[in-house]
Amino acid sequence: MADAALYASADRLFARKKLFAFGLPVLVLVYLGYIVFAFDIPGLAERARMDNARTLLADVWSYKTHVTQDNRTDEVVVAIEGERRGTYAPGAEPDWVSVDPAGTAVDLGDGHALRFLPGGGFAYDVPGFGLIEARIEGRAVVSNLGDEALPEWISASRTRFQVETSHGRVSLTRNRTELFRYFPGWELFFFTLDSPYHGHGLFEIAFGERIDPARANLAGAWHDFWHNAMWRHSDVAWALFETILMAFLGTFGAAIVALPLAFLSAKNFAPLMAVRFAMRRVFDFLRGVDGLIWTIVLSRAFGPGPMTGALAILLTDTGSFGKLFSEALENVDGKQIEGVASTGARPVLRYRFGVIPQIIPVLISQVLYFFESNTRSATIIGAITGGGIGLLLTQAMITQKDWEEVSYYIVLIVLMVMAMDSLSGWLRRKLIRGT
Amino acid sequence: MMHSDPPFDTRAHYMALMARKRLYGGIVLAIFVALMVSGFMLTDDRNAGGFWDGLPQIFDFPAAVLADTIPKLDRLPGHFLRYFPSLMETINIAAVSTLLGAGLAMLLSLLSTRGLARWPRLIPLFRRIMDIMRAIPEIVVALVLIFVLGGGPVPAMIAIAFHTAGALGKLFSEVNENADLKPVEGLQSVGGTWFQRMWMGVVPQVSPNYFSYALLRFEINIRASAILGFVGAGGIGYDLRNAMAWGQGRFDEAAAIFILLFLTIVVFDQLSSHVRNAMIAKKGSH
Repeated sequence: MADAALYASADRLFARKKLFAFGLPVLVLVYLGYIVFAFDIPGLAERARMDNARTLLADVWSYKTHVTQDNRTDEVVVAIEGERRGTYAPGAEPDWVSVDPAGTAVDLGDGHALRFLPGGGFAYDVPGFGLIEARIEGRAVVSNLGDEALPEWISASRTRFQVETSHGRVSLTRNRTELFRYFPGWELFFFTLDSPYHGHGLFEIAFGERIDPARANLAGAWHDFWHNAMWRHSDVAWALFETILMAFLGTFGAAIVALPLAFLSAKNFAPLMAVRFAMRRVFDFLRGVDGLIWTIVLSRAFGPGPMTGALAILLTDTGSFGKLFSEALENVDGKQIEGVASTGARPVLRYRFGVIPQIIPVLISQVLYFFESNTRSATIIGAITGGGIGLLLTQAMITQKDWEEVSYYIVLIVLMVMAMDSLSGWLRRKLIRGT
Repeated sequence: MMHSDPPFDTRAHYMALMARKRLYGGIVLAIFVALMVSGFMLTDDRNAGGFWDGLPQIFDFPAAVLADTIPKLDRLPGHFLRYFPSLMETINIAAVSTLLGAGLAMLLSLLSTRGLARWPRLIPLFRRIMDIMRAIPEIVVALVLIFVLGGGPVPAMIAIAFHTAGALGKLFSEVNENADLKPVEGLQSVGGTWFQRMWMGVVPQVSPNYFSYALLRFEINIRASAILGFVGAGGIGYDLRNAMAWGQGRFDEAAAIFILLFLTIVVFDQLSSHVRNAMIAKKGSH
């Protein structure tokens, strides 16, 4: 009989485990299935903008130089990314462009040769395909290819003709003829074209002859790099600093505010239960009202900027720290306090020498841990309140074309967070072992 | 010579040591205070409105919200109902991303734990991958994906899952390091594949800890998904931004969203700490 009961209970146990082992995955799958429809994942394919993804990826690792001919004046401008600061001075064009009033010739490499036609149009010799000629006739765009079936890399209409090959993209409209040529790398990262140091190597700047007669090479080059108008290195460095500052002020400010309050909410230090209860609810409230809400409320009072972000972090973390610190305080060993008290120490001294040394390791490791994770939060909060690298990131994203800048910022953010991670880890080891 | 030192030298030495320790402590404190003060002044300077100017106005906005809400208290339940679906979306984003992130974290952590890894030489690679995933703030991934996939919950889901995988992966691999290797060896001796060894030898041991970390992460992810909504990724955050844009006089909708968000966070906070405490208690009783 006892055996039968044992078998039965073992069977029940197995049945329960089986149910759990199969039931849980099934439950998860059912939930994910629900999500597929709730989030409309089947419709994602048509909402996704793959051309956006392509521009993004191309922009991240390459840049384009525009060669643009104004079809009315036949004037040709060569500009990196088409920006004013990246425009080559007339006569100083790169050697693959030879400007000529009778028709500017562009050598795209590997036998791809292109000539701009005066009055609008181009002749593009594509190896393995032949010569493509397009020009403006009257008000229409016409080409030598006629109306036969065109390969998919050529698109033609009455107002626009475009050829896209592996070596560049050229388009013709009534107003202009424009060529994009792609190069790998981030353009003008060190010096813009108006800087005399553009095109000179590091070695040449450091040890070569003076390039700009007015300035010493290193000082001048540093100035031009730091104030690079396209990449704005000084602003970016400042923004990174501002983000870290937000996290620093918020985290450590919260720790300073929370520590005395934690005494009020710890069972063994607060004599009044009412005070304890009230303090705990305050902490719960501060944590429960999320950082997002604090950010919104505070930016109404303080306006956009890093102070608002720092205060939002401060308020949220005061709640978390208050809870953590009061738990740490409740776990302190009473004997050490008694020992200090037996020497006739006043209450303040009792706390200073009996309590603080016990909770300092917990306190420091928590605060440093929060500091590190708040660097990340400060990026996000900065995007909302308008401060630090988060702001630069969102600004660069809104333009939807400066993806090389976006990727630069992302790299910097990742490096910043990782640096803060190792800094806080190092400090934690150093300080906790030290005390 | 050394032995003839007078005995009170110990005391002098101790006092000197204490004095030096105090001096160092004082210097660190002074640097810290200087950093706080100068940092405060700097941010105060950079902010659009100063701290001292803004301080008296700090209750202006809550007062305006209250003033808009109190006369229309009867409309609040309606607002709650109206915004409940987007609240569900926010919670769903958090839940799915925690699930997916935890799954990926499980795999990554097993691949990067010494003694368990499938390819021991690749441990540093998987660790670096987790470091990078952890270091990228959700908003970065979310904004890039919004550009490609359009607004909605999916970019937020992927972004949060990505970060979660890195964050949980680190915690999981710490848990894995304490796992008993005997079941793994047993399974290996009967010819179990790597996947079987992990699934039947390791996961049952570590799943309670996994679960408790994942629960904690879920709570964090609810906040993250509300914030991402605010930058355009759907859910209650997006509605909050729109409600804020209505401006003065129509803040009652914002108030409803504030309350919903607050209650959600508090409920899940309490729930997860309850479950975790219950699990610890259950573990203790065994």
